[in-house]
Amino acid sequence: MAELADALDLGSNINRCAGSSPVIRTIQRLELQAHFLFYFIERTAIELKIIVVGIGKVGYTVAEQLVAEGHDVTLIDTNENVLNEALGELDVIAVGGTGASRKVLVEAGVDECDLLIALTGSDETNLLICLLARKLGANGTIARVRNPVYNEDISLIRDSLGLSMAINPEREAADEILRILKFPSAKNIDIFAKGKVNMVSFVADKRCYLCGKPIKETFSKLNALACAVERKNNIFIPYGDSVIKENDIVAVLVSPDEIPSFFKSIGLPVNSIQSTIIIGGGRIAHYLAVEMARLKMKTTIIERKPEEAERLSYLLPNANVICGDGTNRGLLMEEGLGNASAICCLTGFDEENIVLSLFAKSVDPNIKTIAKVNKLAFQEVVNSLDIGSIIYPKYITANQILQHVRAKQNNIGSNVETLYKIIDNKVEALEFHVSEDSELVNTTLEEMSLRNNVIIGAINRKGKVFIPHGKDKLEIGDSVIIVTTISGLSDLDDIKA
Amino acid sequence: MNKRMVTYILGILLLVESGLMVLPVIVAYMYNEKIIFSFLITIGILLVSGLLLTFKKPENKTIYSRDGFFIVSLGWIVLSLFGALPFTLSGEIPNYVDALFETVSGFTTTGASALTDVEALSKSALFWRSFTHWVGGMGVLVFIMAVVPLARGGGNLHLMRAESPGPDVGKLVPKSKSTARILYGIYLGMTIVEIILLKLGGMSFFESVTLSFGTAGTGGFGVLNTSIGSYSVYCQGVITIFMILFGVNFNMYFFLLCGKIRDIFKNEELRAYLGIMFSSIIIITINIHNMFDSIFMAFHHSAFQVASVMTTTGYSTTDFDKWPELSRAIMIIVMCVGGCAGSTGGGFKVSRVLILLKSAKKELKKLSHPRSVNVITLDGKRISDEVLRGTTVYFTIYIIIMIGSFLLVSIDKMDITTNMTAVIATLNNIGPGLGKVGPTGNFSEYTMFSKIVFILNMLLGRLELFPMLLMFMPNINAKKNKIKNS
Repeated sequence: MAELADALDLGSNINRCAGSSPVIRTIQRLELQAHFLFYFIERTAIELKIIVVGIGKVGYTVAEQLVAEGHDVTLIDTNENVLNEALGELDVIAVGGTGASRKVLVEAGVDECDLLIALTGSDETNLLICLLARKLGANGTIARVRNPVYNEDISLIRDSLGLSMAINPEREAADEILRILKFPSAKNIDIFAKGKVNMVSFVADKRCYLCGKPIKETFSKLNALACAVERKNNIFIPYGDSVIKENDIVAVLVSPDEIPSFFKSIGLPVNSIQSTIIIGGGRIAHYLAVEMARLKMKTTIIERKPEEAERLSYLLPNANVICGDGTNRGLLMEEGLGNASAICCLTGFDEENIVLSLFAKSVDPNIKTIAKVNKLAFQEVVNSLDIGSIIYPKYITANQILQHVRAKQNNIGSNVETLYKIIDNKVEALEFHVSEDSELVNTTLEEMSLRNNVIIGAINRKGKVFIPHGKDKLEIGDSVIIVTTISGLSDLDDIKA
Repeated sequence: MNKRMVTYILGILLLVESGLMVLPVIVAYMYNEKIIFSFLITIGILLVSGLLLTFKKPENKTIYSRDGFFIVSLGWIVLSLFGALPFTLSGEIPNYVDALFETVSGFTTTGASALTDVEALSKSALFWRSFTHWVGGMGVLVFIMAVVPLARGGGNLHLMRAESPGPDVGKLVPKSKSTARILYGIYLGMTIVEIILLKLGGMSFFESVTLSFGTAGTGGFGVLNTSIGSYSVYCQGVITIFMILFGVNFNMYFFLLCGKIRDIFKNEELRAYLGIMFSSIIIITINIHNMFDSIFMAFHHSAFQVASVMTTTGYSTTDFDKWPELSRAIMIIVMCVGGCAGSTGGGFKVSRVLILLKSAKKELKKLSHPRSVNVITLDGKRISDEVLRGTTVYFTIYIIIMIGSFLLVSIDKMDITTNMTAVIATLNNIGPGLGKVGPTGNFSEYTMFSKIVFILNMLLGRLELFPMLLMFMPNINAKKNKIKNS
């Protein structure tokens, strides 16, 4: 019966997005009934009408994810070839033209849309599009603003233009790099539950004490939970009997204060990075160097263009800015590649970043390498190389937008509070609110029969986050983090077997 | 090419056809007809083969543009091959090629018949014939798409493009599934209104349903030997109006429902469609007025016949083969023009005619002003070079096929008018032509060979040439794709 109620709940959504005409409202109501009929074939989550302007790398990734979550997506771009390509791949409609034109926006249905995301190459255009969309009746707007100058006053801009969110992919990428530099043993660190829990992934190399033992033996003494294991491009959710092998990538949920002690107890080094070489002086390098200067880390920035190098050196008086080609072997050795404890390859070319990381590893196997990959579509190939941490700015942006969309859905009635895609988007971590009608309330974790590849990662009870054990129960009002490889869960009870 | 996916979708298609055949079974049960067993046997065959093909779901649900064309053309052939079985099994149309001709004519909404006596068929066979019109009009794959998503992501658009008529097929709303639902919703709604209006005009329920199916798909199978001639003027009028309505791009009805009336009036194709239609009606009315008692009756018959052949339905209330030469010439011209893109009508499509005329004008202008820059627009929107090129190529292939078929069927000893209009009538999915295949005649005098040529013409016309032709193109990257699938 709960399922039927869930299906009828769609009504609120359909009435909400009903247009002005009474006929179309009737049609939508009819379609609701059709939805109801087809309910047993498919599960429909709440659908938002979303317009994405600017179909570049990020725009495409965002659209792809939004379609996968069942939203009605309309694309706008000036380049018709890009649109045609997207139409052949995704279930969307497209409008050709510039998003800053009223005609184009109206044709894309801006007056009825729930969210407009402006991701064109220019900050000013993005802001203008969002301003127009807001005036034309868009319910919410997101703009990508990358210029560091605008970023200083971003809250002023956001409030005066009525933006729901301003995203800065470079800044987010810099933050993520910084987190990794703080704990060099980690491959990636993601923040959960407003920073109360972190998901740390690391390579279990031969120093690691976890290898070759079943999880229930090793993790019982640790205040952490292993929630995903990647072995040769296969990802699985580990259970008590699963054994971690050498060179597996393990993702664990752990509270941020306990990361150092966690690494120490499993036998991985915890020393923080002392000196770092950054190759490529773009925006990420800028944000990163500013933060590192604050933490008093030593940085060397190698930038090819003299004017850029000069600008960086003016902004960052403590950094060692070198004007030169970062791919020059002699220059790298001269600037102390052999002695540096980390290297961040942030040039505009993915291939260059990958090769530089491999080279750095060959010079010093213990160096921490971080490579930025923007465009490459061959993730499985890239991941199979030994290049340490990889940062994908497009996924960082897409994740942020998805979290916003989920939150918006949540206002309308979906139970998912936030969604995180981790480990190259292959694993989802979802935060659910435990409500009265959940069937999982008041059963201990041991007694629950859950689907395969689902794990309850953490429980947030009255602001306190803890890693659950077999004897713990879910209580009404908790929120839980579910880690899973199944995508499209929309309700807490979906995890039951 | 994703072969697993192709066979899987074909399997679904067979299962859907077995579902569709339940309706004639019900009719056969109601009228207590023996043909019910033939339908049941066919359903059995369809179910078994469908289940075998869909037994294992393919893991890779991606389909490419080429696969879309392949699935659609193969799907329509398979659909017709099985759809013809009940006619032959029951012995009502003993020759399988004749039965296939009838079924293909049904699914492609042509309405050409190889039967001399239609009234000899049982009610359920007649119902099945007309029902194939209704299914074929909007498309079978679009129908399936409204219920379950067939392919991953954009793959659905490839299928929709291959099956829906028009030079540039788009979606109404972002999701292909919702688009398919809206289209079928409008289609079903209009059909039901027509059934009610015809029933109010005193037709029997069976006749109003079958004739409405024929109108909605712009098919043209009647249930009487006289086609529509023996019904009241009111019923004929209702059918005239609905034929015109079903020849309009269905996007217009969507705009109407959304309250975007202005977009409808701005549509150049609709204006051209109505313009050609009404000027032809008026010229023919003047040309034939002394053949009828009153000018109103002349207008009535002229309107019915013009609407019928222009929307490529093919119903008739009078024998237009006996009309003066001018009227007959106009009839042949509007036959070739056809309905609007995105309607259930066949033919060359008004929008293609518009695009060709505009590009001819542009080229002429370029001759006198060699450096002039001209952009071709339709409804204020730029026609991309791709669409323009596609339209020109379409026209070329259309002419080549027409000439080739004309030569092939000329082997039979018929006169030129009959042969030429028979090819036009099948390639444009109209039904009747002139001469021996005129409104009172039929295709029964042709040999089996010519009938097969006509069957191919009908399929080529309904799927708009390219999908069928691509089926015979060699698969150059067969091996590369095999790796992709594994």
